[in-house]
Amino acid sequence: MRLINRKPGRPAALVLAALPFVVVAVAYAIGSEMRLAVNPQDRLLPAPATILDTAIRLFTEAERRSGRILLWHDTGASLFRLLSGVAIAAALSLVLGILIGLLPYIRRSLSDFVAVLSMIPPLALLPILFIIFGLGEMSKIVLIVIGTAPVMTRDMAQRVIEIPREQIIKAQTLGASSLVIALRVVLPQILPRLISNVRLSLGTAWLFLIAAEAVASEAGLGYRIFLVRRFLAMDIILTYVLWITCLAFLLDWLLRVLSRRAFRWAETGL
Amino acid sequence: MSFVEVRDLWQSYGGRAILERVNLSVAEGEFISIVGASGCGKSTFLRLLLAEEQPTRGTISVAGAPPAVEPNRARGVVFQRYSVFPHLSVRDNIIAAESFGTRTGWLWGARRRAACRRADDLLARIGLDHVAGHYPAALSGGMQQRLAIGQALTARPRILLLDEPFGALDPGTRTQMHDFLTELRAEAPMTVFMVTHDLAEGFKLGDRVLVFDKPRWDPHDPNAYGATITYDFDAINRGIPYHHLREEKHDPIDAHA
Repeated sequence: MRLINRKPGRPAALVLAALPFVVVAVAYAIGSEMRLAVNPQDRLLPAPATILDTAIRLFTEAERRSGRILLWHDTGASLFRLLSGVAIAAALSLVLGILIGLLPYIRRSLSDFVAVLSMIPPLALLPILFIIFGLGEMSKIVLIVIGTAPVMTRDMAQRVIEIPREQIIKAQTLGASSLVIALRVVLPQILPRLISNVRLSLGTAWLFLIAAEAVASEAGLGYRIFLVRRFLAMDIILTYVLWITCLAFLLDWLLRVLSRRAFRWAETGL
Repeated sequence: MSFVEVRDLWQSYGGRAILERVNLSVAEGEFISIVGASGCGKSTFLRLLLAEEQPTRGTISVAGAPPAVEPNRARGVVFQRYSVFPHLSVRDNIIAAESFGTRTGWLWGARRRAACRRADDLLARIGLDHVAGHYPAALSGGMQQRLAIGQALTARPRILLLDEPFGALDPGTRTQMHDFLTELRAEAPMTVFMVTHDLAEGFKLGDRVLVFDKPRWDPHDPNAYGATITYDFDAINRGIPYHHLREEKHDPIDAHA
């Protein structure tokens, strides 16, 4: 039988899916064990138990000076920046995408501009953003918007253009104005695409968020990681990295569920 | 005065002639089938009737109105595919024919309920009432086209344009759709233009069959001349002439009298 036709059964599929995770965890445990056996003070690969202790402490114990649990404080600050940035970018890309895709005059004037804009490496703009907007929340949110909106806008415009011409013509023969076509034919059909665009750009958004927080911030997951790097606190860094991964996974899952619930008609495409 | 009047119509794209000297007058209630080889301007002619594009020369007037500059409610259309809105349920697709003409595209309150009732009546008539809440993706090709025709007719167009409406259907479904269309026309006469590849279908459904072809042909420059209507068949009684009895009764003459 050809390899391409061999399919794992259900138990085998579960084992195969878990395998890479187990391999990484075991490899880490062995590595950590070996280093700690040589030098009990080693900080590079803390034992899994140490990481667990640190994680419990980080999630539950308040900092003495401020009385706040720093991890939750950091999470709140980061999620606020991330979600406002992505929400603004999504709204912007939706409106611009529909305008560019539907109106030839706007398409002529904006589509090349957006294409050029999306070529600018956003991190190169970070110093400019810090100069203009200061070191507060604004510059970080703007960085996420600039980093994700142009690509999303281009994709949305492309999706609008790809809506079959027949549907747009049909709507016109039913008496629909440009506004009605935008609201009732185009918008509902590209909303599922917007959700999947948001899912795709969340990864990029995390990248810009952590970069901006690392450079200048007073709180945030990225800030904390880069702060404790100075003390070689691998247990804290690893806890934060795992936590960020969990958050990213959770957001993605929520968006996928939302998309399935809200757009039953497009089920097959998602 | 004819209902649809096409006068000296020319269409070319960047020097490539597609249609030339097309003249046609159609009476209200006639069913016009349009046939011809691929690339001879059938679909272009339909797009011009739809006012989706403007002719290089000439005019088309429907019901005495000035030539349209964009598709409007006077023209109903059913394409081979993508004619219904995939994100609206079957019922909402019918209601859309009423609500899209409003300012916001939505109907509210009593108007929506009335439109809903009318939609359900229509769906019962075209045999789609059992799937009213489904999305078009769950419908077969024939049902989707029935829905598309029902949707187009709900907007009460002056002319109905069909662009190979049954081209993607299997032969059995196609025959059913022919009967369906014939029934609809028996209930309410309407002026129909149908582009088709199927000659038999054209003669079966049409009152007239128009053939588009290029009368002039330059072998060195095939694009120099456009196509026009080369034949205009009377297709009443399936194109077989002399079958049409003008009298109510047709008594044979008694030779021995």
